[in-house]
Amino acid sequence: MSVALEKLPSQLREQRLKEVDQVILRHRDRPGALLTILTEIQDLFGYLPEATFKPVAQALGIPVSQIWGVATFYTLFNTRPRGRHMIRLCENAPCHIQGTVAVLEAIQRELGIAPGEDTQDGEWGLELVSCLGICGVAPALMIDDQVYGNVRPEAIPAILDSHR
Amino acid sequence: MNSIALTIDGRPVKAAPGTTVLEAAATLGINIPTLCYLKDVNELGSCRICMVDVKGARTLQAACVTPVAEGMEVATSTPRTLRARRTNLELILSDHPQECLTCIRNQNCELQALAEAMGLRESPYEGKMSCHPEDWSTPSLARNPAKCVLCRRCVSVCQKVQGVHAIQTMERGFDTVVAPAFHLPLGEVACVLCGQCSLVCPTGAIHERSQVEEVWAALADPGRHVVVQTAPATRVSLGEEFGMVPGSIVTGKLVAALRRLGFDRVFDTDFTADLTIMEEGYELIRRLKEGGALPLFTSCSPGWIKFVEHFYPKLLPNLSTCKSPQQMFGALAKTYYADKAGIPPDRVYVVSIMPCTAKKFEAVRPEMNVGGTRDVDAVLTTRELGRMLREAGVDFAALPEEDYDRPFGISTGAAAIFGATGGVMEAALRTAYEVVTGKALGNLNIETVRGLEGIKEVSIDLDGLTLKAAVAHGLGNARRLVELVARGETDYHFIEIMCCPGGCIGGGGQSIPTDAEIRQRRMDAIYTVDERMTIRKSHENPAVLTLYEEFLGEPLGLRSHELLHTHYQPRSLYPGRRESK
Repeated sequence: MSVALEKLPSQLREQRLKEVDQVILRHRDRPGALLTILTEIQDLFGYLPEATFKPVAQALGIPVSQIWGVATFYTLFNTRPRGRHMIRLCENAPCHIQGTVAVLEAIQRELGIAPGEDTQDGEWGLELVSCLGICGVAPALMIDDQVYGNVRPEAIPAILDSHR
Repeated sequence: MNSIALTIDGRPVKAAPGTTVLEAAATLGINIPTLCYLKDVNELGSCRICMVDVKGARTLQAACVTPVAEGMEVATSTPRTLRARRTNLELILSDHPQECLTCIRNQNCELQALAEAMGLRESPYEGKMSCHPEDWSTPSLARNPAKCVLCRRCVSVCQKVQGVHAIQTMERGFDTVVAPAFHLPLGEVACVLCGQCSLVCPTGAIHERSQVEEVWAALADPGRHVVVQTAPATRVSLGEEFGMVPGSIVTGKLVAALRRLGFDRVFDTDFTADLTIMEEGYELIRRLKEGGALPLFTSCSPGWIKFVEHFYPKLLPNLSTCKSPQQMFGALAKTYYADKAGIPPDRVYVVSIMPCTAKKFEAVRPEMNVGGTRDVDAVLTTRELGRMLREAGVDFAALPEEDYDRPFGISTGAAAIFGATGGVMEAALRTAYEVVTGKALGNLNIETVRGLEGIKEVSIDLDGLTLKAAVAHGLGNARRLVELVARGETDYHFIEIMCCPGGCIGGGGQSIPTDAEIRQRRMDAIYTVDERMTIRKSHENPAVLTLYEEFLGEPLGLRSHELLHTHYQPRSLYPGRRESK
């Protein structure tokens, strides 16, 4: 599980926020830098800590409300600490027809968590997402950066094991 | 520009390029139904109610975002369009609480009106309902996202017109919700509480926080002496609550109505508006002569004050230290008036009738008190007063015209125009000119500061000193002007800012609907009120002069300092909870 920034000792927190400043400095002058900056901040923390919104807003001149709107719109962004490995299962129509529900049940059997939840040990998080862009191989899911198509429920234990 | 010829429902019509089908149809007297559409502010085509059939188009088109084209053939009311509109409305209603009878917007709801107009008789779609908590975190506004239809009008007004960005569309798909950053309550973010969102909300998703019950309780309490004050802009809008045409001047009926409700004294905020001109005028003259932060910004508009606190705290020294007329009234009601009337100050209960939701916040600011008791006890918006009068069964149209009580009911035309953008400036200039030069002003109408232009300028020769002034209304315009000031690119001495578009006549607590045409009508009415007044200059208000003689001494004197002036505080621009420093 990614560690919540606010739970770190203050000195360490300051240090980590300096890393955020560097991310901002690297990209701030490019138009449309927001998504890149948010992605890199998430790479640092595993999620987007609230304390990082203010420096981003100040640097880019974008209101915090709009950045929060962007962060909550995209399912690839986490706005709270999540499991170390994120499973993102497509819930759109083509995947649904091809068997998302059975795949979901298999994941739930294996990990004991519902969409939106994380395992107790912090290893796994599960989320239902919109189209991953590979409807041709539905049903589809992603684990971290890796994409899986034509997923059968019985393949789930092996897929999960490959990330353990 | 060449006009474009098309037909709508078989009738030929010509329209300028860029005109939408919706607008072109309106010129033929065809009102295509809309829900999310708000002229010039929210033209997104998101609700899909205004569907029309355009010959040759693959699908039905949203009239509000479809530009006219040469030779276009549009059909507005075909079986196909009517069915599509109904289906879309039924889908919207499938995630809307069916609580119309107990809703604050009952009978003044655009969604309800659409359902009636389209003749819906059942809700065929049942399923999951959005579930978001209500938000009662501010004294001015309350949010109930369950009633939101995601039209985004509030977001557009907050961002595009006011430039405040307090709310935004969050999440996606079924989870979409209009909310402040981090899903925080409104009271914890940089919201100025102007209430423009509540003015444009088609449903009851965001609305004023009613104090009607508190006022009924005070009126029923024999131990209370309940006095009421009426803001300038309410006398040209309250009639709309009773179906009168926008711009109806109802001053006398307003007074009579308040007496019927049982208020012990009916006074006028216009009286303290005149007083504000005296205090603020002398403050300006003092800053010009003795130094002090310039330009001086007016401080009547509480949404503007909170905007400065959040967004431009460095400019706080430039704000006039004058309390707003509402607060000055309260402070004097509980001192000078209580004393004169022989009533213990703690028995005096002050209610204000305001066009404004931010006034509710202003009234509960901790600094707004006299010796520990609040200047103002309850603030009712125009809409709330309308509701009280309907509840009491007052036949508003049949009321006689009555006069305000004395002494706080005596006022001038200069005070009345506080209700429109540029009015405070005009009133101040009428007084400043005569006080500084000792000469009478020939023409009292200072036209250059009137009207709905976003930013207006005026300069006036005060015997050698050229006073340069500017006026802005709507915080988007205010921000443009303030940016120039902050960069040192202006040499204005005095700037009037009103938070809401059009000034208080377009306030967030005014009657719904409030649109550009209605603002203009109310504004015209305000200037008619001014023209009809015997006295039109604040420094000639006899009650104000008596007040100085008997109680205050002189403008900016010790008592004024204690009762009528205040200071403001910087507030955070960035919301923060757990993690923030």
